[in-house]
Amino acid sequence: MCGIVGLLMKRPEGLRSLGELLAPMMVCMNERGPDSAGLAVFGGSPGRGRRFSLFSATHETDFAALADQFTRDHDIPAEIQSLDHHALLTATCERGDFAAWLTETHPGVRLLAAGESIQLFKDIGAPAMLVERYGVSRMTGTHAVGHTRMATESAVSPAHAHPFTAGEDFCLVHNGSLSNPYSLRRRLERLGVRFETDNDTEAACRFLEWRMREGDTLEQAIEKGFDELDGFYTLLMATPDRMVLVKDAFACKPAVVAETDDYVAVASEFRSLAHLPGVGDARVFEPRPQTIYSWSVR
Amino acid sequence: MSVTTPLETALPKVATLDAAQLGVSEINRFLHRDVLAQQIARVNIERPGGMHNLAVGLRAPLEVHILGHAGYYAAGMNQHAHVTVHGNVERGVAENMMSGTVRVTGNASESAGASSRGGLLVIEGDAAGRCGISLKGGDIVVGGNAGHVAMFMAQAGRLVICGDAGPGLGDSLYEAVIYVGGKIEGLGADAREQPMSEGDRAAVTMLLAKAGLLDGGRHAPAKFRKITSARGLYHWNSANHSSY
Repeated sequence: MCGIVGLLMKRPEGLRSLGELLAPMMVCMNERGPDSAGLAVFGGSPGRGRRFSLFSATHETDFAALADQFTRDHDIPAEIQSLDHHALLTATCERGDFAAWLTETHPGVRLLAAGESIQLFKDIGAPAMLVERYGVSRMTGTHAVGHTRMATESAVSPAHAHPFTAGEDFCLVHNGSLSNPYSLRRRLERLGVRFETDNDTEAACRFLEWRMREGDTLEQAIEKGFDELDGFYTLLMATPDRMVLVKDAFACKPAVVAETDDYVAVASEFRSLAHLPGVGDARVFEPRPQTIYSWSVR
Repeated sequence: MSVTTPLETALPKVATLDAAQLGVSEINRFLHRDVLAQQIARVNIERPGGMHNLAVGLRAPLEVHILGHAGYYAAGMNQHAHVTVHGNVERGVAENMMSGTVRVTGNASESAGASSRGGLLVIEGDAAGRCGISLKGGDIVVGGNAGHVAMFMAQAGRLVICGDAGPGLGDSLYEAVIYVGGKIEGLGADAREQPMSEGDRAAVTMLLAKAGLLDGGRHAPAKFRKITSARGLYHWNSANHSSY
């Protein structure tokens, strides 16, 4: 199983209710995935530098000290906001430079996401815990994708939780299972792509991001994915300006979409959408197999 | 012994339940036990909110109206009851139905009517993939389109699709029959088109009438095509041994 949710606000005035609407969507998907949860929220202010989402499994990490050390080492100002296991560091720094510095200075701290727009939270435990701990209902932004995991093929750990990211400002959540993640991974590793876990979804995420680095649009990358990804999947992806949904040819992993003038909402099951305002009059539909659904931020 | 007045006989008792407040177990307990004890003839279920397993396992000729979208396995294992979902349903609506009717006014997700042995399932909107999978009897009428691999391995019973059929229609079909009013994107393995007989046209007319979808002639029975099994997979064929 696993639950996926996504919400894109169509009107500027809706941005402040993103978290309030999304939090119950995630909590409702607890039964589909009670072992880990995560979400990526998009809506940073462009031009303010890169946002680095950080995770520390222990409470011993002093994120403020980490930011101070970053500033000392690079002579670049850094803003830091931390909450429990997570922190968001904002600085004008290349992702590769930051990742190398982090690995060297703070090997226990994991870089979950980087980009101008994305902020990512994920951890083991029920979605209600994540929602409560990180104040999801107060989060604002243009769109967000979330996941509740029921692990079937690799370990339960914060790193194995979804969303997965690759490159910058791109993330993916997955309901299903792939049967060829290792062959994909071996192919990508030969091309220099580095993996962080043995999770099947990470292979899909890195495959698509690799195709986009090679010049494909996300649509072209997904089309190649239809040929290369062997298994069952409903994938929900996000970039700073889009939310994209696809199902494999068998389409046995669920998703339902509700669209109004105010929002586009995606969930594994309708009950996650039942609380949304105006959902009774929404256009409710199920995505077709191997069809790309894309919604843009206005 | 209770005495029933003529007025009470004339006016069937109606109960209205709030699913959001009661939850699925209480709703189904009421439908299984209390309706019989209280001689209730019609139950309205409000605020279903996509809840799973609503009105499953009913065994009485009861009328049930689910007023909104229902989740998985709505009205599954139905016997004798007449259940209408005023909205959409998710996977497995009316699975394993034995008798009675289940009607969905909106769309149905995958595996609608799976493994049913009797009764009538009407989906006024579209059905997603695998509609009528492993059907063993009974009838399904889809007012709109049906998705991929409808009637996969269906053994008996009939499926009427008023709109278009997706790819893989009737894959590995046994003795079930499919009628399609619109376009067929593709036939599955061992499915073939057969000429419509007078009997087939009468059957389509009767099923559309039962489903309330004759629709002033919009779905003229004459436009329907018939799909059945070519029976090529019934027997092992040594010429194809490398394909098995």
